[in-house]
Amino acid sequence: MGSHPDLATEASGLVKTFGKVRAVDGIDLSVRTGGVYGFLGPNGAGKTTAIRVLATLLPPDGGGARVLGHDIVREANAVRGRVSLTGQFASVDEDLTGMENLVLLGRLLGYPRTQAKKRAGELLDAFGLTDAAGRQVKTYSGGMRRRLDVAASIVVRPDLIFLDEPTTGLDPRSRNQVWDIVRALVSTGTTVLLTTQYLDEADQLADRIAVIDHGKIIAEGTSGELKASIGSGALHVRLLDPGQRGDAERLLAETLGVAVHLDSDPAALSARISDTERVAHALAQLSRSGVVVTHFALGQPSLDEVFLALTGHPAEADDDATEENAA
Amino acid sequence: MTTTPTMPPQTGVDETLRAALVSRTRPPRASALSASLTFGWRALLKIKHVPEQLFDVTAFPIMMTLMFTYLFGGALAGSTGEYLQYLLPGILVMTVAMITMYTGFNLNTDISKGVFDRFRSLPIWRPAALVGALLGDVVRYTLASMMVIVLGVIMGFRPAGGVIGVLLSVALLLVFAFSLAWVWAAVGLVVRTPNSVMGVSMMILFPLTFGSNVFVDPKTMPGWLEAFVGVNPITHLVAAVRGLMSGTVPATRIGWVLVACAVLVAVFAPLTMRLYRTKR
Ligand SMILES: Nc1ncnc2c1ncn2[C@@H]1O[C@H](COP(=O)(O)OP(=O)(O)OP(=O)(O)O)[C@@H](O)[C@H]1O
Ligand SMILES: [Mg+2]
Repeated sequence: MGSHPDLATEASGLVKTFGKVRAVDGIDLSVRTGGVYGFLGPNGAGKTTAIRVLATLLPPDGGGARVLGHDIVREANAVRGRVSLTGQFASVDEDLTGMENLVLLGRLLGYPRTQAKKRAGELLDAFGLTDAAGRQVKTYSGGMRRRLDVAASIVVRPDLIFLDEPTTGLDPRSRNQVWDIVRALVSTGTTVLLTTQYLDEADQLADRIAVIDHGKIIAEGTSGELKASIGSGALHVRLLDPGQRGDAERLLAETLGVAVHLDSDPAALSARISDTERVAHALAQLSRSGVVVTHFALGQPSLDEVFLALTGHPAEADDDATEENAA
Repeated sequence: MTTTPTMPPQTGVDETLRAALVSRTRPPRASALSASLTFGWRALLKIKHVPEQLFDVTAFPIMMTLMFTYLFGGALAGSTGEYLQYLLPGILVMTVAMITMYTGFNLNTDISKGVFDRFRSLPIWRPAALVGALLGDVVRYTLASMMVIVLGVIMGFRPAGGVIGVLLSVALLLVFAFSLAWVWAAVGLVVRTPNSVMGVSMMILFPLTFGSNVFVDPKTMPGWLEAFVGVNPITHLVAAVRGLMSGTVPATRIGWVLVACAVLVAVFAPLTMRLYRTKR
């Protein structure tokens, strides 16, 4: 594999297996330096495993990868010197205080004691944790813990940072705080490689997105490109009378010219559409035929819809449930 | 780096945040020693924040000391005071030997949380996390030893070897505990949960500490048991500690203890390091 100076990460045919599970199943990747690169995928897709291999925590079982030009196996220590990892589950010491956690990492990274303390104070301040600095981390809220976790990853600002599901489980406010941190990181020159289960998050943050499923990258591109590939959005319709769903399905399919999806809610249907202009026409057609619509929405495609379009199976399905659908 | 990321000028990004993030010179890598000492410091912080660990394991030996001395002391050695002179060094060894299993327990806890991943992703001398934890544990052993000795002195324990004898025996004990802790570190890397570390360690430590000369002179035991007790390193350690505390220098016993330490470290330190490197 030839190395390319502008690439933060490049992988070819990367494989990691756990017994019979092929958690990462032949990933080819090339991530440019600068900006945010997103791994988007449902539970069990292999996001965490891919990141742990790239961050040198797991040896690959096949293929290879270079991170910032260094081979992840032969030059693992050089990689570790330039990247940092914020794991999916808080990777700070719960028994210690926020301050102690950061000083600990500062010392391990080579700062003398006073500088480590100064740096820790600076980071706690920047992440709005000064008041909690002297408290044990086990008393922190989810959002505070996550911020401390990210702070711990940038005691020395890395050239590349891996963030594994940085916002899963956070409320909207905490999530926005983490997004701001990610943007600030990028603006100061760090490349961010993050994983997420939310299309919305990938959309907001990532310059490029790789959609991962069953250990494989099934689509890659900017969020615009991905959305274009699956149509411009979805029409969601809710009926007053579930009994009319059959009629509604037929009418929508005729006017929109696309397949209509029956949701689990017996009164709801949705359709992926490529042409928004026909929507008004379709709704008019419904009312003319006496189908009463209580609610309709024209939305961006959800992750579920992206998955449906790309793989033919819904995103929330877990490994075992999907084998029969995966064509 | 020569590339300029195509990011628009950021709006709304907090200035303190940006200031904390802007590029800075990287400190030189931490030396192996400094990284190990830093991990040792972490272990001390743990003792400070979670002192229960220390009391859990010392409460039991304290109970044993009180019970054995006052209940059986008279019967076993003629008087409680005399029995205490015999028992206390043994209890001291037993206490510290029991505490060593927390090394494996803590290591396993770290792994089951995410902290371990973070440490392993740092550009540091890899064994530092283990060496540091073991060094920190030495402080734990010292504190526990002090507690047991102070209790003994209060109850009437008077070591003929004086302060020097006590210090020497504690030093020997610490060397042994440090060596034994490698065994539990290896166990901590192999088994799944912190509680099973405890289970496995107990299963080994109980026969080792009770099947020794901690409580009674092995001469009264059946031959097969006496043979086991005779080769048990705990027996040698207890005898050595007893000797040092009573003012003699039991060189052969000390020699055997050091041989046992060397064997434990030679076998388990490399094994543990191997397990640590290849973990998951
Ligand atoms: N240590 C392990 N041992 C065995 N199997 C594993 C291990 N780690 C992951 N797996 C399996 O590998 C597959 C991918 O898991 P991974 O954690 O990488 O997914 P993920 O995309 O991060 O999912 P999530 O969104 O739930 O975090 C899953 O089927 C998982 O069960
Ligand atoms: Mg994951």
